[in-house]
Amino acid sequence: MTDMTAETAQEPEKTIYDELPDAPPKKKLRLSWVGKVSVAVVAFWVFIALFGTFLTPYTERDYIEEDPQGEYYDDPTFMVPNAEVSSYLGTDYTGRDVFTRIIWGARTTIGISFAATLLAYFIGITLGIAAAVAGGWTDSILSRVVDAILTFPNIMLGLIVIAAFSGQVFIDPITDAIILLVGLAGVVYAASVYRIARALGQDIMVQDYVEAARVRGEGLWWIISREVLPNAAMPLATDFGLRLVFVILFISSLSFLGLGVPPPVADWGSMVRENLPGLGNGFFPREGTINAGALASVAPALAIASLTIAINLIVDDISAQAGGSLAKKMV
Amino acid sequence: MNEQQPIFACRDLKIEARPHNKDPIPIVKGVSFDVMPGQVVALIGESGSGKTTISLASLGYTKPGLYFSGGKGLLKGDDMVSLGAEEKREMRGENVAYLAQSAAATFNPALKINEQVTESAVIHGHMTQEDADKRARELYEALELPDPDRIGGRYPHQVSGGQLQRLMAAMAMVEKPSLLVLDEPTTALDVTTQIEVLKAFKKVIEEEGSAAIYVTHDLAVVAQIADHIVVLYSGEIMEQGPTDQIINDPTHAYTKRLMAAVRPPPAAGQSDGGGEAHQTETPALEVKNVDAGYGRKTDGSLAIKVLKDVNMRVEKGHVVGVIGESGCGKSTLARVMAGILPAAEGEVILDGQLLKADLRQRSRDELRKVQFVFQMADTALNPRQTIGDIIGRPLTFYHGLTGRKRRERMLEILSLVELPYEFESRVPAELSGGQKQRVGLARALAADPEVIICDEVTSALDTIVGSNIIKLLRRLRDQLGVSYVFISHDLSTVASFADEIAVLYNGELVDFGSVDEVLTPPFHPYTELLITSVPEMRVGWLDETAEHQQAMAAKFKAGEYA
Repeated sequence: MTDMTAETAQEPEKTIYDELPDAPPKKKLRLSWVGKVSVAVVAFWVFIALFGTFLTPYTERDYIEEDPQGEYYDDPTFMVPNAEVSSYLGTDYTGRDVFTRIIWGARTTIGISFAATLLAYFIGITLGIAAAVAGGWTDSILSRVVDAILTFPNIMLGLIVIAAFSGQVFIDPITDAIILLVGLAGVVYAASVYRIARALGQDIMVQDYVEAARVRGEGLWWIISREVLPNAAMPLATDFGLRLVFVILFISSLSFLGLGVPPPVADWGSMVRENLPGLGNGFFPREGTINAGALASVAPALAIASLTIAINLIVDDISAQAGGSLAKKMV
Repeated sequence: MNEQQPIFACRDLKIEARPHNKDPIPIVKGVSFDVMPGQVVALIGESGSGKTTISLASLGYTKPGLYFSGGKGLLKGDDMVSLGAEEKREMRGENVAYLAQSAAATFNPALKINEQVTESAVIHGHMTQEDADKRARELYEALELPDPDRIGGRYPHQVSGGQLQRLMAAMAMVEKPSLLVLDEPTTALDVTTQIEVLKAFKKVIEEEGSAAIYVTHDLAVVAQIADHIVVLYSGEIMEQGPTDQIINDPTHAYTKRLMAAVRPPPAAGQSDGGGEAHQTETPALEVKNVDAGYGRKTDGSLAIKVLKDVNMRVEKGHVVGVIGESGCGKSTLARVMAGILPAAEGEVILDGQLLKADLRQRSRDELRKVQFVFQMADTALNPRQTIGDIIGRPLTFYHGLTGRKRRERMLEILSLVELPYEFESRVPAELSGGQKQRVGLARALAADPEVIICDEVTSALDTIVGSNIIKLLRRLRDQLGVSYVFISHDLSTVASFADEIAVLYNGELVDFGSVDEVLTPPFHPYTELLITSVPEMRVGWLDETAEHQQAMAAKFKAGEYA
């Protein structure tokens, strides 16, 4: 290692028996093959969410198969005449293309979850680090509020909030729902982010280098931005992935209960629920009906599973490299 | 068993680290030595020399990431290196036992001591619980533990650190192992405690007739306990031989260097006396009638009083050594001076100016004049900042330097602490312990201070590295005229470096004066206890002193000292 020669340069008589370096060399992040596959899976879904709509000629609202009974579930203007029916995953219970809806659903599900996690992180880190640095009353009050939020089961909290806002239209029902979901998940998960940020912050606050900064007379802002945050960044970044998974599952659960983004917008959670009756129908819809096949609900469920498991595996892989110490902090 | 056969024979042992996708790095490079029955072999060397790695090989164990790459470790003829996991397990406990550095970390706080001491013997099925209890009681007696009948029924937190260390020895010896591996068993203890533990170890090793491998970096300790010494550097044996020869007549250049770095026992007249008498002038820093501690009772007084009415003067350009055992309040005194822990009563005066007790109320210039260097250089430097930023920040903060000026001054300071310019862009993890401590010192120097408070700055470092840091501190004092408050538990270091010595005992300043005054008879009784507790580097010192020593220490612990 290079630092063995360092002191030698100045004091030639020290050439032999130089002070032995006790430092491990910088570790580069190396993912196992499981980690690499997981990165590929996540990258795939991100690509689908961003650019996937080019892969299909339809939109999430398009009916590609006519209901023999003529009962359109939604607006008949979205009926596509003479559509190519044999799509990859069949049609759903109202005759829409499942393949198309999964692609469009990726946008809704990943987009809302990502936005909500970002919001949770913004709120959680700001308050968590502030509580750790300020201590005293600030810490006590914030922590008790967070404890209160954490005592509610997430889904129940979601139900209450959504129920409170239902029946009112502010902008239009779809935009309203998206804003409500992002805000709700953001606040609910900010509580757990707060816990982690505060714990990390408290760990770092008792380090000698923070004390050194305080003895120097540094202000609060310097200590937060230069001493605490850079050292909390890595564990927080890893935790972001995990938190994103929880938010995806939360949003999907709400959608599954019918409290997510209203139809006809596609969303993986609501797709699973809408097409549940199709589970008994074999993979594809029966000829001459528009009953959904099992794939119509299994496929979106698989989409949720593959994305969340992949993110989890990446987080595991990174935290394993940090000697498991990250994992301990995150639980 | 044949008396001529060694208990443990290390034969051309090689151990290497295999980093992911990189060439293996040799850690132990072909080491051979023998441990004969009843013999204590010491492995000495600095951190990173592979001494612990070699000692663990006698248990057939390597730390994660390390692998045996050659050679043999024959324990009573069985090669511990190549045995299977189950066979190794069989050997451990009955044939070889390991004694770690920190007893506090080894004992489970939730279980009674006796359960833990006897556990392995009973689990292995080598003894019944009754036999094990009986054996443990014998050992408690042999190790001179107080109240051997009942000490096993206590919990780890109910006994002192030195007692816990001896109890751990009992744990290791319950099964009468043929080989005992002791890894720095007294390093974490205070000098006065170290003696009683050393003495107990020596006695019990002699009585049991077991062989031992004793790992340490402290030559003076080795001189008391070992029969044979193996000197290691960077995974290779530099020299090995009988204790007498290594201590009195070292042949290898490295051993000589190690010996040279060991300070003589503390005595008057050792200090180089760099600080001239400025007694009449205003002192650089003065502490007057300071009380400090933690918590508040309802009447406003301190719940836990750590410092009691402490008075101290630091003359300009002088070094004041603050000495005492752990818990005596020496770090608290440093924190009061720096204003981290505001004094409850009394004054801190900097260059004639009364300082506010709380550092948040001190002006930036006052803060600049008192700088702090921490004990653990590892945690005192922000791992995410480069060395350049760490040293540069005080320049910007106190002196408003930016850009090229700041960089020029930063490089000047780097060379002042004898570090090369390339370090500017490194992060702390890429430096060795001594280098990190130099950076900590450079950060203090960047402020252009009048007083530097050094809190045990050398105690986490190896002897040679530590003595280089002392040399540097001395040179900087002569060059820049700064004063130091040098806090240490190591009286030898203080005696060789300080102008004045302050002795703290239980939060009170019991002795204060120039080095010569304090270290010339008649001594203050506590100072005498400290002086006589420092191991001397000659064979037989322990046997001569231990009796008198322990009687004195016992008096102090019983609170008989007025």
